[in-house]
Amino acid sequence: MLDQIEGSRAVARTVAACRPQVIPAYPISPQTHIVEALAEMVAAGELAPARYVTAESEFGALSLAIGASAAGSRTYTATASQGLLFMAEALYNAAGLGLPIVMTVANRAIGAPINIWNDHSDAMSQRDSGWIQLYARDNQHAADLHVLAFRLAEQLSIPVMVCMDGFVLTHAVERVDVPEPSQVDAYLPAYAPRQVLDPAHPYSIGAMVGPEAFTEVKYLAHQHMAAAESALPVLAGELGTILGRDVPGLLAPYRMFGAETVVVVQGSAWGTLADTVDTVRASGSPVGALGLVAYRPFPLQAFRQALAHARRVVVVERAFSLGGGGIVSAELRAALPPGVDLHTAICGLGGRPVTTATLRTLIEQAEAGRLAALSFPDLNTGVIDRELARLREGGHHGPSAENVLRHLHHLTLEGSR
Amino acid sequence: MYSVRLHGRGGQGIVTTAELLAVAVFGEGGHAQAFPTFGSERTGAPVAAYCRIGSVPIRTHEPIDAPDALIVADATLFDQLDVLAGLRPDGLVIVDGTTCPTALAGRVGVGLVPASIIARRLIGRPVPGTALLGAFAARSGRVGLPALVAAIHDRFPAAVAKANAAAAREAYDQVLAEVAHA
Amino acid sequence: MTTVERTRFYQVGSWAAGNRLLDPAQASVQADPGRANAITSGHRACQGCGEALAARWVLDTALRVTGGNLVVVNATGCLEVFSTPYPESSWQVAWLHSLFGNAPAVAGGVAAALSAQGRDDVRVVAQAGDGGTVDIGMGCLSGMFERGDDVLFVCYDNGGYMNTGIQRSAATPAYARTATTPIAGTATGNRSGQGKDMARIAMAHRIPYVATATVADLRDLETKVRTAMGLRGARYLHVLVPCPLGWGTPSCDTLRIARLATQCGLFPVFEAVDGVVTAVTPIRHRADVREYLKAQGRYRHLFEPRPRTDLIEAIEAQARRTIDEFGLLAADQTEEARTP
Repeated sequence: MLDQIEGSRAVARTVAACRPQVIPAYPISPQTHIVEALAEMVAAGELAPARYVTAESEFGALSLAIGASAAGSRTYTATASQGLLFMAEALYNAAGLGLPIVMTVANRAIGAPINIWNDHSDAMSQRDSGWIQLYARDNQHAADLHVLAFRLAEQLSIPVMVCMDGFVLTHAVERVDVPEPSQVDAYLPAYAPRQVLDPAHPYSIGAMVGPEAFTEVKYLAHQHMAAAESALPVLAGELGTILGRDVPGLLAPYRMFGAETVVVVQGSAWGTLADTVDTVRASGSPVGALGLVAYRPFPLQAFRQALAHARRVVVVERAFSLGGGGIVSAELRAALPPGVDLHTAICGLGGRPVTTATLRTLIEQAEAGRLAALSFPDLNTGVIDRELARLREGGHHGPSAENVLRHLHHLTLEGSR
Repeated sequence: MYSVRLHGRGGQGIVTTAELLAVAVFGEGGHAQAFPTFGSERTGAPVAAYCRIGSVPIRTHEPIDAPDALIVADATLFDQLDVLAGLRPDGLVIVDGTTCPTALAGRVGVGLVPASIIARRLIGRPVPGTALLGAFAARSGRVGLPALVAAIHDRFPAAVAKANAAAAREAYDQVLAEVAHA
Repeated sequence: MTTVERTRFYQVGSWAAGNRLLDPAQASVQADPGRANAITSGHRACQGCGEALAARWVLDTALRVTGGNLVVVNATGCLEVFSTPYPESSWQVAWLHSLFGNAPAVAGGVAAALSAQGRDDVRVVAQAGDGGTVDIGMGCLSGMFERGDDVLFVCYDNGGYMNTGIQRSAATPAYARTATTPIAGTATGNRSGQGKDMARIAMAHRIPYVATATVADLRDLETKVRTAMGLRGARYLHVLVPCPLGWGTPSCDTLRIARLATQCGLFPVFEAVDGVVTAVTPIRHRADVREYLKAQGRYRHLFEPRPRTDLIEAIEAQARRTIDEFGLLAADQTEEARTP
């Protein structure tokens, strides 16, 4: 039903339409509105016979989900940032056990320094866990992706995290056509687990596997992930037909026809980028936008096709590997034909917004051949230069957040940030 | 596209006010996007919320740095922060109060409305949001009063909705009358 | 007038073997050749492992009470490792190993799922060693208790992280030698505190049933499992299970050592309902704390090269306190209580 609704609430209503049987919940900003909305629905009896379980930590929440899923119930939970890390052990466990849990990650930065605002470092830090990762470009997409997620997870026995930018999407009140239960029912069959804890057919799940078989188990998991790359467009297409709208599953292209410069983004910056592309195209530059929806499995084939005629690619990343560099761009490189310039632009960290101004500058610099391979386009270089100079002169190290305070006396904290 | 920034203090219902505006615009078939300051506000601390209004789907998710209008629920904020930052020179400012704040002296496009006083009388608490929206609707023409009232009824339980709708209507009528006499 | 003739039985069996004069309803599950045998032969526990013995009794009983409708969640540890040498498994019950610290939460999730599916007839038992219970599993366990998840949680307490090479846990008793509380220099082994009294922590949550037991009285353990499985909500069983390797005791001495632990007063055997102690197993034949300590290699440093009377007396004081707090000695034995 078409509504003007907070992103969190749209997700909660969509998840409810998928009829999970067990919902463990632990609060953390900025996902709390999702689990709160689900608590209201369960309390009001709208989700009977679902059980809502208040966990004592995120580790507890995902552990509850593991037990519930292993016992044959469709299971859902949500987290972000520190919470995702706190359940890291369980993430790998759930994936290794092939449990089709669906979890919303309201993308938020990871401390220290503690930061409650949006970037992608949380989910990216768990990229090797064996979970499928899907990134929503707006709240409509976020809602739709949850339906897709349950279907995909249960079909492939792989858990799925649906990532939506914390605050920017979770707390934005946007126009969303919330999927109806009848639409979900037409798409999502009842959960039929492949392997379940059943006294009638007892067997042991979770045994220790030694060197003689571990590699094979992991390789097979990798193959199942690869199967997701071909399953995603099919399942997304099927869902799109039922819902009557486009549901991007791997990539979300915008004005890619004839694009010589392509900008790749994940998450909510897609919309901002689309507006920027319109502006730049209007002045004659052949620019295109590519939203990365599925980060895991990494859609190498889809990228190869989409970027076949690009001359330069700018990957905007809202997370990076300290001491390494860009994460997505490093994986994207394999998809590029030789001779194509690849630029990594790290920005939008810790809630700093990705703006049309930043994107326009990136595009202009890339076209002019002035964009470095790795750049931090929204960096406050004044503060950085002063701090680096201080360190060179023998200033003590220690936590940078506290060190730069002396250089930040003129940074205003207006109510808008 | 038309963008509004709302200023207030934690506890005044600024976030809800922005949402009501978005829902009202949606109710008229328009496109809107409302979002709050993101953070862990405390009661009484300055907060801001935002609303974009348009006739085509709104895709961008960047902040609103250059609003077309401001709605200010607490005039003391002018002394505390640069409320007017980014506002276009002829931008509209709807302020709760009876005397024009010095920061707004000489500006065109200022709409003064005793929203808290109206609210205290009709709602029983000085929550100025819905009255401010009524004033905004009258002054800007960006959203109609019926849609505002519908959004209010959608959001609040019956008795509270009725009181808030009355506050919105009174502020709307008052501002409309002032504009007519101007 | 009828006279009662007392029959003298010439063959006096152990306390574990089935008594064929008993009402079958009172017979041990283990006396039934048709028992479930939840953990069957072929597992790779050490000879004399207290935990393997306890797990068999606990789960066979639970399977009997539930008619086979049981799901078991097992934390990482000796029990999980020696029972599932991939690709084999010695479990004949629906069984899930998740992680080290989350057995209570995983079990809670299983219970929630079964309830949501309308399968309240299927019950859940979670089991872990002392490390997985009092240390790394504590947060999840307290959460399970507080929520009242319908799970029986069983802690097999051998006083240390045995699977990883005998390291101390919060359940390791005072002055015991472990690999992380070694005897070197002036060190005297594990610190002198009392460790986490997990049974009383469980009682503080006011859950329906808490009980302690040991492998020295397996019928008692079985009875307590029956009682626990007859209840709903969060329940906790704390079972003392000597580890020959970690304790430095002969494999054949496991039951004897467990009995000494209860009879010298260091390990109280009791039941509690809704947070209040309701039954206590009194000490039958009071044993000397020294006899208990001397039997274990992990306490050798208390006797060699010279007796550490101060440390031994501290342990004796702990035993006296436990005896007093739980009333473990009958009134006519209290004279003895003053003279250990």
